[in-house]
Amino acid sequence: MELILSFAIGVLTASGIWLLLRPRSFQVIIGLCLLSYAVNLFIFSMGRLTLGAPAIMPKGGFIDPTRYADPLPQALVLTAIVISFATTALFLVVMIAARGFTGTDHVDGKERELP
Amino acid sequence: MEPMAGVALQNQLLLLAMLPFAAALLVAALPQRMSALVAGLSMALALVLLAALAPAVIDGAVLRVELDWVPSAGLGLPLRLDGFSWLFATLVSGIGLLVVTYARGYMAGKDGLARFFALLLGFTGAMQGILLSGNILMLVVFWELTSLFSFLLIGFWHKGAAARDGARTALLVTATGGLCLLLGMLVIGQIAGSYDLDEVLTSGARITGHPLYSLALTLVLIGAFTKSAQFPFHFWLPGAMSAPTPVSAFLHSATMVKAGVFLLIRFSPALGGTEAWFLAVTGIGMATMLIGGLIAIFRNDLKGLLAYSTISQLGLITALAGIGSPGAILAAIFHIVNHAMFKAALFMTAGTVDHQTGTRDIRRLGGLRRTMPLTATLAIIASAAMAGVPLLNGFLSKEMFLAESAAWHNGTALDAALPYLAVVGSVFSVAYSIRLVMAVFFGAPAGPLLKMPSEPGLAMTLPVALLAAGCLAVGLVPMLIVGTLVNDAALSVVGLGFMPEKIAIWHGFNEALMLSIIAFVVGIALWLSLRAQLPSGPEGPPLLHHLRAQTVFDRGMLKLGWVYPRRMMSWIATERLQPQLRLLVVAAVLAAGAAAWGAFAFAEVRRGNDFSGGFALMWLVGAGCAIGAAAQAKYHRFAALVMLGGAGLVTCLTFAWLSAPDLAVTQLLVEVVTTVLLLLGLRWLPQRREAIKGDNSAQARRRRAQDLVIATVGGAGVATVAYAMMTRPLVRNVGDWFLANAYYEGGGTNVVNVILVDFRAFDTFGEIAVLAVVALTIYALLRRFRPAPESIKQPDQQRQTNGRMLDDYLLVPSVIMIWMFPVLMMIAAYFFFRGHDLPGGGFAAGVTMAIAFLLQYLATNVRWVEARLTVLPIRWIGMGLLIAVGTGMGSWVFGYPFLTAYAQYVTLPLIGDVPAATALVFDLGVFALVMGATVLMLIAIAHQSLRAARLREHDENEESR
Repeated sequence: MELILSFAIGVLTASGIWLLLRPRSFQVIIGLCLLSYAVNLFIFSMGRLTLGAPAIMPKGGFIDPTRYADPLPQALVLTAIVISFATTALFLVVMIAARGFTGTDHVDGKERELP
Repeated sequence: MEPMAGVALQNQLLLLAMLPFAAALLVAALPQRMSALVAGLSMALALVLLAALAPAVIDGAVLRVELDWVPSAGLGLPLRLDGFSWLFATLVSGIGLLVVTYARGYMAGKDGLARFFALLLGFTGAMQGILLSGNILMLVVFWELTSLFSFLLIGFWHKGAAARDGARTALLVTATGGLCLLLGMLVIGQIAGSYDLDEVLTSGARITGHPLYSLALTLVLIGAFTKSAQFPFHFWLPGAMSAPTPVSAFLHSATMVKAGVFLLIRFSPALGGTEAWFLAVTGIGMATMLIGGLIAIFRNDLKGLLAYSTISQLGLITALAGIGSPGAILAAIFHIVNHAMFKAALFMTAGTVDHQTGTRDIRRLGGLRRTMPLTATLAIIASAAMAGVPLLNGFLSKEMFLAESAAWHNGTALDAALPYLAVVGSVFSVAYSIRLVMAVFFGAPAGPLLKMPSEPGLAMTLPVALLAAGCLAVGLVPMLIVGTLVNDAALSVVGLGFMPEKIAIWHGFNEALMLSIIAFVVGIALWLSLRAQLPSGPEGPPLLHHLRAQTVFDRGMLKLGWVYPRRMMSWIATERLQPQLRLLVVAAVLAAGAAAWGAFAFAEVRRGNDFSGGFALMWLVGAGCAIGAAAQAKYHRFAALVMLGGAGLVTCLTFAWLSAPDLAVTQLLVEVVTTVLLLLGLRWLPQRREAIKGDNSAQARRRRAQDLVIATVGGAGVATVAYAMMTRPLVRNVGDWFLANAYYEGGGTNVVNVILVDFRAFDTFGEIAVLAVVALTIYALLRRFRPAPESIKQPDQQRQTNGRMLDDYLLVPSVIMIWMFPVLMMIAAYFFFRGHDLPGGGFAAGVTMAIAFLLQYLATNVRWVEARLTVLPIRWIGMGLLIAVGTGMGSWVFGYPFLTAYAQYVTLPLIGDVPAATALVFDLGVFALVMGATVLMLIAIAHQSLRAARLREHDENEESR
């Protein structure tokens, strides 16, 4: 399991980084989305992988923490998901506004001069 | 003094310090028509408080209040009142009251009255803070605060370029001076061993004898000179004349510029008494008096003339502070009071003339005494006071100034030259005062005006009349009105050894009177000789008018703020994004590598779960989607978007698989809105039909290969770290505490939700605030959005079909989507209420609700939805924030820290046990905000197609015409 998930994180990260370095703004936005998946999974995996544990605790009584998934990374990732949505939206708007103003979707606002 | 009475006085002092700020908030919250009333009442209340405090500060007594701020670090907020600050504070509130009255008339019918009065009150509070601070660092804070408020006030009419420029110049000059002052105060504090004002004032000998004295002196003087518009920093003051006139009347008579001379007089016991002090302060003061006075004669703008005359008069006060003898301090304080009175009156008169005639240009005015006799009379009194005509207040303090200048102090060349310089300065002030009166109120009307001049209403006349009456009263019976107050003020500055002086009109035929007479005769002669050529000449003295400090400053700012940074950029930076990002990624990879170097190791016994074929298969698809999205994002955006969604769904399933249902739910919902968002954005991007030029060049290929290496290394690195981390045994951490206490402390069984809304609610609060900011930013960005010309055209798909077909397009799904609205509302409510105990919560509910609205937009069109549904997302955002903050502050009522939650189960009829923690109310705020923000973003983007349609119709109309 761990091997699969770390492989998945690796692939998501690599695709994200590659797109981040591309010249078209849409590529960058997709790259950022992929990177945010990778980062969320990475943070989540810091709490180790727990299969089949109950998500909800009983009302009262003794709690054995080892029987539950680590809640802290989950709480962190939950907010991260919402924030990454917000930043994606902001970036998208900047992207289409820049496209309207500059007439191109190149990240620099102008096409690269050809030699 | 009785201890009880002492406490009462201290409370009054506290109230006095806080009153203007509280009133400012009140004004900002109340309707516009109440603004002037509240502002006036607060000024009047301040005067009452000061009157009650007066007995506590007579005969050099000091009233102090110590407020603890950070007691552990020895930081306090002491307030301090003595005779000098009492007199000054009274002046500020008194003139403030008159200015507010005047502004009620002057600003009537103008926009933004509440903002105006709130800023004015804020400024008053900052000014009073300078006067009342008992700690020299606190003083600097208020000092900078006055700079900020004056920036906002000068630029109040920010639509005009002159107002913006003037405000910016004023801020740059005075705030830079404030920074110097801060440094100077730090040096003084180090020398004196304390930042307490009283301690600093009594360690004068130690400060002036210290090797760092000249540094401290220079820094403090830069602060004072910039504030008081002393040469060579004087140029910001004329620029600040683009402020509304009531602001000028307040800032340039009793407050802002007087803060500088207040500082000089206040600190003269600590820093003064040396030759360096005398030469620098008196020298600059006299230079300013001469230059300001000279330029003032030539100004054609009424307010410009007054601005330079203010500079000149401030020079006079500065020079007196530099002399520093008890008599000079007394004269300086007296002149501060007198100048505030006649200058406020004159600025108000200038405003009245401008208001009633539509111009401030002296050349276009004339003969106004026929149409505005009362205003003319008052202006003549105030101008005569400025010129120093006997029986008016200006005469008395100017007489004292001339007497001080003629007296022997230290025998330096400057000391010897003082009487001559003083007379020349007085000559100028006589000349500009006469010019002001003669050109505006006498002679023939100069030409047609925009308005027929007439007397203004009572609100604008009364303050001027009171001030002019004050000038007259002080001039006639000085001892009766201000004598003891001024003497008390001087006593509290100079301290022991100060002998109260009787201020009298007639001292006999002495040196000062002779100098005064000379000044009058020469001044009148100067005006007579210049009067013919003044209107046609340049606005400045001969030769000097080419050299403008403002121009020098502007040129310097241009170089510093634009030319040099550009040059630096071209040397060391690039404007292109790709190299920057590449650098960032490579640096991150290298940094991570360096950190792991040598220290990286896998655990000896790796923990882990069994291999699952299904999970592997799932991520095979996920990885394929990610790589596919990366490959297709350039030419096939839609395909890339679909594959991105695939990767997102696999992520979502992973969360569900690995015991994190909350994350799975949220990820799924966010996935939906993200995809819709990106779909909406696709429409505005350029079509890609053929390959981009240069895309297959060797250079581009090399770049791609290079990036592929970077990406692979980065991905492999992250994967390795993740694997090493996941296989380590779990150490006990704070998460266990959350698990053990979620139910007992937070009253919920869904630990993740309890963490978000209870244990770490403050973080969540910060996060929803970010969300709100982002949504508002998007909204603001899109209001100015113009699509690219080629995107305005109707999409191909729409053009190929006829109108009838469009109407029926996806009719069945759209009906179903409309029906989904109540269902989705139900689901959102369900998510919301179960959040504390079961997967769900405010985030999930908010996004669900946003999807419900979104579906309506997708199903039909913007116009149809908005005719039937009013969403008001900005209100939702605001309500959400208010609810969250309100819940947090609610715990204050019960004496707990911000956002302490209280948990309880409540049985509702039909529904059963519902967790009713206060955290639930907080979650309601989260819900409202998340929903509002999401809807705002999506609607703002969706509305762009409406705008494009409007542009299209507009273009078609143009063509058909």
